[in-house]
Amino acid sequence: MKIAIVDYGAGNLPSVERALGKLGAQTERAVAAEKLHCAQAIVLPGVGHFGAFVHGLRKSNLALPLRAAFESGKPILGICLGLQAMFASSEEAPGEPGLAFFSEEVCALPTDVKSPHIGWNQVRRMHPSKLLHGIAEDAYFYFAHSYAAPASAPCTVAACDHGFPFAAVIERSNLAAVQFHPEKSGETGAQVLRNFLESVA
Amino acid sequence: MTLAHRIIPCLDVDAGRVVKGIEFVGLRDMGDPAALAGRYNTEGADELVVLDISASYQGRATFLETIRRVARQLHIPLTAGGGIRTLEEGQAVLRAGADKVAVNTAAVERPELLSELAQQFGAQAVVLSIDVKRKGCSWEPYTRGGRDPTGKDAAQWALEAVSRGAGEILLTSIDRDGTCTGFDCELTRKIASTVPVPVIASGGAKAFEDFLAVFTAGRADAALAASIFHTATHSIGALKKFLAERGVSVRLSR
Repeated sequence: MKIAIVDYGAGNLPSVERALGKLGAQTERAVAAEKLHCAQAIVLPGVGHFGAFVHGLRKSNLALPLRAAFESGKPILGICLGLQAMFASSEEAPGEPGLAFFSEEVCALPTDVKSPHIGWNQVRRMHPSKLLHGIAEDAYFYFAHSYAAPASAPCTVAACDHGFPFAAVIERSNLAAVQFHPEKSGETGAQVLRNFLESVA
Repeated sequence: MTLAHRIIPCLDVDAGRVVKGIEFVGLRDMGDPAALAGRYNTEGADELVVLDISASYQGRATFLETIRRVARQLHIPLTAGGGIRTLEEGQAVLRAGADKVAVNTAAVERPELLSELAQQFGAQAVVLSIDVKRKGCSWEPYTRGGRDPTGKDAAQWALEAVSRGAGEILLTSIDRDGTCTGFDCELTRKIASTVPVPVIASGGAKAFEDFLAVFTAGRADAALAASIFHTATHSIGALKKFLAERGVSVRLSR
């Protein structure tokens, strides 16, 4: 199976590539739109700043092809900032539009908790989830972020709490996204990626 | 649903090997970094830290290769540090496979480095390492591997670093480091209650009780240790079980 990993010029892609490769997927870095067309599925990983990320996507002419892929029904998995980029905007970069697959805004974690939210946390299941299939209810996932989409966002299938309830796993038709890092979440994270690959196959 | 307290083994590496300093006079070889990393990944470590203790210009290429070899063994986050002075050097360790970069001396000399790194890679990728010695009723940061006093106050420096973009503080007590007398809980509590970011306690770990103390009395978010794990006298699994039985939230491997 051929997976395009969106490469907008930053981020730690090797760990995502390695994690998918170990599960038997063939990955290819997509720096241009053609690679997105050829792939069976797309992974959108991201770390860093929302503004730099969505700006980088537009500058690389990847934002519109990503929307086209979404509209054509191609499976897309967003990871961390990749999840946030699927929203309309973020408090991290006011005025900088996101991919807007979802209409809500990503919010800063409140100041009464430690931010960034860094470390291993559990999630609360709200709806049946393809990505969490076969994973224990009390399993831990590795998070590293200062902003999050509120759990009230539609299609949130699992939430986590840190200052406020936020979306940890989102699933809607061909879109899937996780706020944690499956590629850094040990065997549990590998199962999330395996579930994604199986949903594509 | 609770954020787990993290247990973080640390690999001090020199010329591609894990070493342990013996009272600053010599180095003992503790093995291959990739082999140790693989073991810790399997044993349930929550993260791994790799520090280049030689931090020499000539050793930089070797260190990057070590990061690449270590990263291949891991399904958990990796922090790399030791002698990183510029944005480009930070980028090099992240490209080699690290998720976070730890800076110390260079951030004291040029605090803008923290902002540069955070703007480029996000605060979650920037760890400020502070090595401190007790000075009366406060603590003074030291640079260059604990050699040079900075004249700063540890709590104030930590706060400034966070305002500039550090997303985590790796706090080492020089007084306790290598003494096996336990973490400095008073120091850890002081810094952890001062800064709005997670604090990793380091220096002095010997017994399971030391970890319990630093997570409860010390309010640490994570605890780091090196040699007690390398020698396999303490397994990470057994430590986590000990902590869980005493009510500390930890991620238990299954």
